[in-house]
Amino acid sequence: MKFAVVVFPGSNCDHDTYHVAKEVLGQEAELIWHKDRSLGRADVVILPGGFAHGDYLRTGAIARFSPIMQEVSKFAAAGGPVLGICNGFQVLLEAGLLPGAMLRNRSLQFRCQFLHVKVEQTNTPFTLASRPGQILKMPIAHGDGNYYAEPDVVSRLERNGQVVFRYVSPAGAVTDEANPNGSLNNIAGICNEARNVVGLMPHPERACELAIGSADGLSIFESILKKTPGVISGAEVSEITPGVFSLAAGSQTVLNK
Amino acid sequence: MQARVFVTLKPSVFDPQGTTVAEALHTLGYATVRDVRQGKYFELEIDAPSADEARRLASEAADKLLSNPVIESYRIEVTS
Repeated sequence: MKFAVVVFPGSNCDHDTYHVAKEVLGQEAELIWHKDRSLGRADVVILPGGFAHGDYLRTGAIARFSPIMQEVSKFAAAGGPVLGICNGFQVLLEAGLLPGAMLRNRSLQFRCQFLHVKVEQTNTPFTLASRPGQILKMPIAHGDGNYYAEPDVVSRLERNGQVVFRYVSPAGAVTDEANPNGSLNNIAGICNEARNVVGLMPHPERACELAIGSADGLSIFESILKKTPGVISGAEVSEITPGVFSLAAGSQTVLNK
Repeated sequence: MQARVFVTLKPSVFDPQGTTVAEALHTLGYATVRDVRQGKYFELEIDAPSADEARRLASEAADKLLSNPVIESYRIEVTS
């Protein structure tokens, strides 16, 4: 399986994402410059975190006009799996590949911390390796993660099961205290109607090795491997990264405490 | 021709920055300031044959880039 990781000027999680694909999962991966006009033969496209174009104007507002975004749109329209992480999520929103917009965090603070999200939907290419309701411990690092959409849009997202991740307490309760930025309905991640484009504010790529605090994010990358049977089996993934399958056996989060 | 574009959050959208500025003004004793909404201001210098054309172009720019219609609205003033 080949991962394409798009690099905008100001991306700063591109190499972390590349590292997970290449070193942790042992897959093919390529960094694609935002001015390129081809994604190569990518099987999955990831828009990484960072501060594309300095977050000038609005987060993601300028990045969406980068030449590569036309290719990302075509790839998404053809059903290709696209994941936007943090700033990548913001770019997907600005590009109209996902509905809604980001506001400044209600605290006006840049929040950088580990927190918990609940996997609300497992029928996306990035969550099918998760259990429904599984709680993942992952870090966030953003100043503009306050998800907003018109009330009818939010209702539609909820009705269609497009809310993929929600901020929750460690025990899994959807509370205001667990909401780090003021997002409507504690929304941490959503998908499009076709379910192949997913965006989330937390950083799974920073939570793929226990040595750095959590390996819960691996389930998101594992999902995409499972999506293409034959590319790599679950057993092989387990061999590459011992401990991954404790996700299924028990909560990784508990192990991390 | 100059087009001035004022971008503001829609009334229905919470503005945490504006609220914080309002609170700061209250701290300074400006109790009569009921509310503050913070926005963005752009000055576009445009080579256009008419004010109408400059406005049309500024409006297009505001729709495409300067504002996000999900959360923001805008107003344009054109001066020669």
